[in-house]
Amino acid sequence: MDNHTVIETIDLRKEYKRDEFHVIALQKANLLIQQSEFVALMGPSGSGKSTLLYLIAAIDRPSQGRVRVLGQDLQELSDKAIAQWRNENIGFVFQTFNLIPVLTARENVELPLLLTGLSKKQRIEHAQTALKLVGLEDRMSHYPRQLSGGQEQRVAIARAIVTDPALILADEPTGDLDAHSAHEILTILARLNKEQNKTVVMVTHDPHAARFAGKIRYLEKGELLPEGSSPPI
Amino acid sequence: MAIPLSYNFRNLRVRKTTTIMTALGIALTVAVLLGILAMVAGLRTSLQATGHPLHLLVMRKNSASELVSQITREAFMNIRLKNGIEKRADGEPMASAEIVTVMSLPRKNDPEGSNVTIRGLSRVGIGLRPGIRLTAGRWLVPGQREVMVGKSVAARFLNCSIGNTLYFGRGEWKIVGIFDAGKTAFSNEIWGELNQVAADFNRSEVLSSVLLRATDLMALQALKNSMADDQRLFLEGKSEVEYYAQQTATAAPVEFLGIFVAVIMAIGSSFAAMNTMYAAVVRRAREIGTLRVLGFSRGSILLSFVIEALLLSLLGGLLGILLILPLNGLESGTYNNITFSETGFDFRVTPLIMTIGLSFATIMGILGGLLPARMAAKQDILNALREL
Repeated sequence: MDNHTVIETIDLRKEYKRDEFHVIALQKANLLIQQSEFVALMGPSGSGKSTLLYLIAAIDRPSQGRVRVLGQDLQELSDKAIAQWRNENIGFVFQTFNLIPVLTARENVELPLLLTGLSKKQRIEHAQTALKLVGLEDRMSHYPRQLSGGQEQRVAIARAIVTDPALILADEPTGDLDAHSAHEILTILARLNKEQNKTVVMVTHDPHAARFAGKIRYLEKGELLPEGSSPPI
Repeated sequence: MAIPLSYNFRNLRVRKTTTIMTALGIALTVAVLLGILAMVAGLRTSLQATGHPLHLLVMRKNSASELVSQITREAFMNIRLKNGIEKRADGEPMASAEIVTVMSLPRKNDPEGSNVTIRGLSRVGIGLRPGIRLTAGRWLVPGQREVMVGKSVAARFLNCSIGNTLYFGRGEWKIVGIFDAGKTAFSNEIWGELNQVAADFNRSEVLSSVLLRATDLMALQALKNSMADDQRLFLEGKSEVEYYAQQTATAAPVEFLGIFVAVIMAIGSSFAAMNTMYAAVVRRAREIGTLRVLGFSRGSILLSFVIEALLLSLLGGLLGILLILPLNGLESGTYNNITFSETGFDFRVTPLIMTIGLSFATIMGILGGLLPARMAAKQDILNALREL
């Protein structure tokens, strides 16, 4: 692993029990993602792409194998340390936006900053800057219910980048959006990758969305296909 | 840093119907507790405010109250000659022989009525209560079958206004004056002239008690010892302040019952708060998952939900105080099982009582909020994110 490697997974395996069935969600996943790459993880439902993303984000723990992100072996961290690490290094974008409905756009974006040592004034300034970056400077005092789906997802992206993380992970970020809004969101992610050198890993099953990425990795039945290969049609 | 308070405030506002219903449940519990405490505080104030620090109340040994005590006139003559008793301007000792009995009177809101203390006393006795103030009518004239009633009696009992006639002893007694004894127990009494009251109850030779004023605290103690040591008299002296303070024990059963009921209600209210908070945790599972992904620890989630439960219960506590505040100053009465008569009091909602109410609500909030908050904190992030 060199200094430019952001994500490295080695023989990653995730299995769980669902009722009496033993399910292997992911196996032998060896992934290497370099700094400033925009990688799309594609595959059908149940192929293990979201599982891989959650393992990279340390939202879930692997059954076997190792995950090393930004030089940190995630297995070595406690739950509490992982929470802090995630806050400092990862920006996460959900398919369903996951904004807090009782907080305004600005307050939602400010949330991750509450865990930093910034003053109230600094937090507000950072949140405003992030919202400007996604073109929502005129919607700062709006509640999520007062925004369109596309605008909500832009607020979610602002929240993901407000702490200036090196890595942005997006789980089907356009899955709940119309084509126009989806295009806007993908453009923003691509811009963050190109202009701010953010490493972006995006899970999608939409080939149109995947075209915004510089690299596509396919998963099938819990296995990560070799780089450059795609599943048979 | 913790999850902002605005998150909790706004969540309570968003589900306002549930919030108000739960808070009202807590409010009623707090109101019951505060009602009882306000009553007990009023009663205690009334009884503890009665008495002069230099007064000694002399009764027959082992008498719990003046009503059951007996002192002969001969004993009274011996007592008034003892050293250490304050003298009036005319040289007479400040010692008042008194007779205490009870009569049943119909209350304004209860025709069945209740016992009221009748005190037969002389001018010396009235002089020994310097806080007494005539508020209507005039002072009674000895030998005229006249009585004066305390303002609490006038306010709460039927036919106790000036000009009305009371029937007790051997006949009629005309009410000629109403006196205000402040917050003291004397406001609950009817006063008549000593010899006439004694004659009406065939007790001309046997009185109830002797109230006397000592020259100082040392003299008071000496007089007390003298009463105890004098085997002929078979009497005991009690500080007047102490005598009335002991009657606050009357409030103990009511206080116990009230607190018992309030605690039972509090358990119910805690379950209501718990139910509300469990529902909130289930409904906001995905928010909890999101907060965890953003980096908030389990501890922050736990604290946030406990704070929300506390805010809910504090709202209930404040509503409970608002419900009970109109009772402040309200006149009422309760049976005193030491004097066998009614003791009037004003409900007193003091700052201390309000603080107790808020603390009580806080305990309900913590009890109701802790388990749901723990459940929220322990949620698996992935499962929480998958909740609809």
